[in-house]
Amino acid sequence: MTAVQARQSGTAQQTEQAPPSRRRGRWLGEHPLGLLLAAPYLLFIALIFAYPIVFSVWMSFQDYFFAAPGAVVDRPFVGFDNYIAIIQDPAVWRSFFNVGIFMLINVPLTVALSLLLAMALDKVVHARTFFRVSYYVPYVTASVAVVAVWLFLFSSNGLVNQILGPLAPEPSWLVNSYLAMPTIALFVTWKGLGFYILLYLAALQNVGKELYEAASVDGAGAVRKFFSVTVPGVRPATVLVFLLATITGANLFTEPYLLTGGGGPNGASTSPVLLMYQKGIEQGNPDVASALGVILIIFVLIIAWLQYRFIGGEER
Amino acid sequence: MTRTKKVLRYVLLAAGALVFLFPFYYMIVGSLQTEPDPTIAGAFPDPGNITGDNYVNINERVNLIQGLANSGIFAGGVILGTIVFGVIAGYALSVLKWRGRGSTLVLVLLVQVVPFQLLMIPLYVMIARDYGLSDTYLGMILPFLINSTAVLIFRQYFLQLPNDLFDAARIDGAGEFRILWSVALPLVRPALLTAVLLTFIGPWNEFLWPFLITKEAALQPLAVSLANFISNVAASTSNPFGAMMAGAVVLAGPAVALFIIFQRYFVSSDLGSGVKG
Repeated sequence: MTAVQARQSGTAQQTEQAPPSRRRGRWLGEHPLGLLLAAPYLLFIALIFAYPIVFSVWMSFQDYFFAAPGAVVDRPFVGFDNYIAIIQDPAVWRSFFNVGIFMLINVPLTVALSLLLAMALDKVVHARTFFRVSYYVPYVTASVAVVAVWLFLFSSNGLVNQILGPLAPEPSWLVNSYLAMPTIALFVTWKGLGFYILLYLAALQNVGKELYEAASVDGAGAVRKFFSVTVPGVRPATVLVFLLATITGANLFTEPYLLTGGGGPNGASTSPVLLMYQKGIEQGNPDVASALGVILIIFVLIIAWLQYRFIGGEER
Repeated sequence: MTRTKKVLRYVLLAAGALVFLFPFYYMIVGSLQTEPDPTIAGAFPDPGNITGDNYVNINERVNLIQGLANSGIFAGGVILGTIVFGVIAGYALSVLKWRGRGSTLVLVLLVQVVPFQLLMIPLYVMIARDYGLSDTYLGMILPFLINSTAVLIFRQYFLQLPNDLFDAARIDGAGEFRILWSVALPLVRPALLTAVLLTFIGPWNEFLWPFLITKEAALQPLAVSLANFISNVAASTSNPFGAMMAGAVVLAGPAVALFIIFQRYFVSSDLGSGVKG
């Protein structure tokens, strides 16, 4: 009622002065200024995300190569040639397989360890801050810096092998084609775990205490409570872990580049992004690299969409 | 709760802390060793084997001060862009009602899903080749200028402010900029710090993009020059591991120190809001 009156009085005031602006004002919503304030961000997204995606797709259908700035060169349309080159390249399949290994180790380990540590952290009173901070220190440190220590720890006569003694793998971790990728997965899990602990810690706050009490009344033990109350309660966080692990896997570059000297041994730890760098920048085939990028983006978006549907169905 | 259970819980947490902190301790110990000592005894500092030479050695190969300054400029530019443009975007996405707000919010969430690394080829062609911004700070900063997670954090905090507050200010005749500056911003100061911390680690730790865009050593952030040292020149030094770890300590130091000092601004609820939107 009041809203109608306000609109009417507003109409009465403005009709004579500037009807077009009033109409535009209503079309743009109650506060057209919002669009202006969001404009720099929208422009940024257009320039840094939207346009590059379109450009990448366009490039992937072209025989594209680097040329001097301003030079006019002929870049013919080649259809799906770049995509065919990608599909026929065994190194590409290997890199996708490697991301599979990565996720197979990273996801279960992350979910189990971060949930376990978050639950323990949730219940303690003393030294809480110390534990919380010490868990996320690796997360806030540059990969490049921690890679230096891991190289030392996992070198052939490094501390890890010294402790293992006769059990040390031969050849050593990062130069062993079976262990290189698992070691990278272990590194990334270790580095990111603190973030996921914080995530689960937040999720645990949202699990109602009364659910645990109800479970106790019904005679549920600790194990039963964990699987029937805690696990379903933190499910949104778990789904998020899956999504973020997918993104991390798709993004993997620094670790294979530095830890295994560029995806070695023999491509056993190459990641798709490392391959994009090698094909696009090092070998000067940005068209083929773009095709690989487009395939990966589609892949990630499909998984993200599935997750979104998954969580959406859960909450509504 | 039984006593054993309590003890077990602390044992578990302490074991976790050891696993997370040991590599950092080992980094410092290793950076001070004259001769790299990978044996178990080498994990404990030996007074006879301590030296600062590794820091001198790495500084000869990689200009640490210059690298730190470049990292600082890179991170500073990103923080400035995020604060200026991110706050107003977060304000527009929470307090103001305008056409296209819903779709913009979906866009912010979508941007978080698209891995930035996958855009490196088109971005490299655009920024380095077309705009000629390779070996410039601007070219380094541009793709990171506004941190989308920070936008979501700002939005989340602005949403928590009561609507009446804004209505009252509007009735008093304050314009939207005035409301943002004098009413909303002072109330979300903790969010500013959280967002600054979170934004800081992005560029400070970023390797791939500055690595692509800077070929000139004088412009490289420390993460890039240290990585180049690790992958190319380390083998030619007398104590490569010591020098590598000395560089690592210098690179990790500022970020770790900031997060320890401001730890109370980096808590789960903020992260949750940032990630869940």
